[in-house]
Amino acid sequence: MSRTDLPEPDRRPSLAVWKFASCDGCQLSLLDCEDELLTLAKVVDIAHFSEMSRASAEGPYDVSLVEGSITTPDDAQRILEIRSSSHLLVTIGACATAGGIQGLRNFAASGAYASAVYAHPEYIDALETSTPIAAHVEVDYELHGCPVDRSQLLEVLTASLAGRTPVIPGHSVCQECKSRGTVCLLVAGDTPCLGPVTRAGCGAICPSMDRGCFGCFGPADTANTASLAAHLRLQGMAPVDVSRLFATFNAGAPAFRHEALAQGGPVPSAPVRITHRAEREGPR
Amino acid sequence: MRIGSAVTIDAEGLDALIATLASRGYETKGPVVRDGAILPGPVGGINDLPVGVRDVQSPGRYRLEHGEGDAVFSWAVGPGSWKAEFFPPSQELWTSTLEGDVVTSEAPVADVAPLAIVGARPCELAALAVLDRVLLDGAVTDPHYAARRVDAFIVAAECGSPASTCFCTSMGTGPATESDFDLALTELDDDDGHRFVVRVGTDRGAEILEYVPGSETTPRDMAARQAVLASATKAIDRRLETEGLAELLARNLDHPSWDDIAERCLSCGNCTLVCPTCFCSDVSDTTDLAGEVRRQRTWASCFDLDHSYIHGGPVRSSVSSRYRQWLTHKLSTWWDQFDSSGCVGCGRCIAWCPVGIDLTVEAAAIRASDGALRSSPASGRDGR
Repeated sequence: MSRTDLPEPDRRPSLAVWKFASCDGCQLSLLDCEDELLTLAKVVDIAHFSEMSRASAEGPYDVSLVEGSITTPDDAQRILEIRSSSHLLVTIGACATAGGIQGLRNFAASGAYASAVYAHPEYIDALETSTPIAAHVEVDYELHGCPVDRSQLLEVLTASLAGRTPVIPGHSVCQECKSRGTVCLLVAGDTPCLGPVTRAGCGAICPSMDRGCFGCFGPADTANTASLAAHLRLQGMAPVDVSRLFATFNAGAPAFRHEALAQGGPVPSAPVRITHRAEREGPR
Repeated sequence: MRIGSAVTIDAEGLDALIATLASRGYETKGPVVRDGAILPGPVGGINDLPVGVRDVQSPGRYRLEHGEGDAVFSWAVGPGSWKAEFFPPSQELWTSTLEGDVVTSEAPVADVAPLAIVGARPCELAALAVLDRVLLDGAVTDPHYAARRVDAFIVAAECGSPASTCFCTSMGTGPATESDFDLALTELDDDDGHRFVVRVGTDRGAEILEYVPGSETTPRDMAARQAVLASATKAIDRRLETEGLAELLARNLDHPSWDDIAERCLSCGNCTLVCPTCFCSDVSDTTDLAGEVRRQRTWASCFDLDHSYIHGGPVRSSVSSRYRQWLTHKLSTWWDQFDSSGCVGCGRCIAWCPVGIDLTVEAAAIRASDGALRSSPASGRDGR
């Protein structure tokens, strides 16, 4: 981690948690650290965390956790202010690190969605794209996942407090499957699984439940998505299905986005048209 | 009973053997069916073994078939190896706490029952012998490995049902075994009934066998054993040419095959994790909020980008250089380091590679164009 100098010993480091376009699930992972939460509250001063308290202390902050992606002009301005008032800025989750599920708008013209979904699209003031925090400001550390893993979240916080490098692997989910003794779903079954190209961190939960990896943690280091996609095609998956497999929570992560597009893209080329309920059901 | 003698036991005899080992305080483990595969697991009797189960394997594919028969050893190896019993995926090395100015450190004490393995394949015994050379007999003995390994009781099961991925005959590790066991079983299931020839490998093996009902193996049963092994040998058609293999790979570090493999290789690390001899690990220190420090050893893979990280970055950044590191270590530099091959021909890396990369095919491809050079000299420099 590039900025590890701690505040003077007589002051507890301050922690702030910020939200952009997101579901709050990653922030809630922090509240979910039930066993460690009281200890955490003793060693850090929680200065801003809307999911926990409406009290908000002024910056600067020693550590800022940032959840969510940048989707509006206001977001793009606010993240600059947060960056300038934060000593260490850590992005948490797929939205903040890759643009999130809302990054699917990057595959189409977002104006089309707005006019299909909203009665008054003129009220919507959104950017054309959903982008990760690192596209706007310098980020000190990225924590992946949808949501983030709470052990990894604690690891980043304790590492920051101790001034050491967090132990966060960049290897594949396969290693977690093998370590916990889960039998490979791709080899012993025909279940599509993104494990071989996805970053570890979740503990390989889905394969242990007989469900292929969704790729929540985004691409692993040097992910060979082309080879996995070719394999899935050989197993009989249609290109659009392979594309959609890569285009979920981390659709904006370069390796996954590239593969989703290489397979023809996740959305049909026809214009988006969403029927409203009244239109479907007719007049009452 | 003396070392080298043999008795024939039936299914009840195998049950009695497992029960005797358990009554002597051993934790008894063997092959069990779980989640569509045959893996090491707890066994209390013959019915815990894969009764009537066969496996069908090919590059990147593994399936079980459930049949009618009584046979319990009609399969080749599955994804789990016995390595994990002695060299677990994660091992706590020590913890340390700071109170005032005093640092207290504690190393965990292994307090587990000795292990008895019932049904280890000859290739798996060969793999343990390879690991022993690394972790037991090397310059430094690994205390965690030694604690469980030294007293482990081994009941081997000679192989009568190789898979299409097997090539133990090339590596000289099967389908028969002559050493590294306390007792060795050969399953017979013919007109004379379902039974096991049990050969005695050690005095303690002989002693355990005293409590198991059986009769001296007849020449007819011994001939039946030879027939099973001959048929298994004949069934193995996969081949890795080992003649001059170490030198071949050592002189082909710039062969175009490495880049060709990298096009397909997922760098997921599955081959190294299912390999019964891969022993690479990572040691990391973590702290918790209360200030406790924990040092842990976890399995690592040479396919991880982090594995070759030194100051400034990883040495082997390309997938091509990482696959080359794996294959050349396994088949070539392992000889320089440990005076043996690192490969025992179990075929796990072939079956459990999601995209079916086959080291016997890749080694043959390099042999077929010995001395070829990749066209881009720039990529050749990576990872040297």
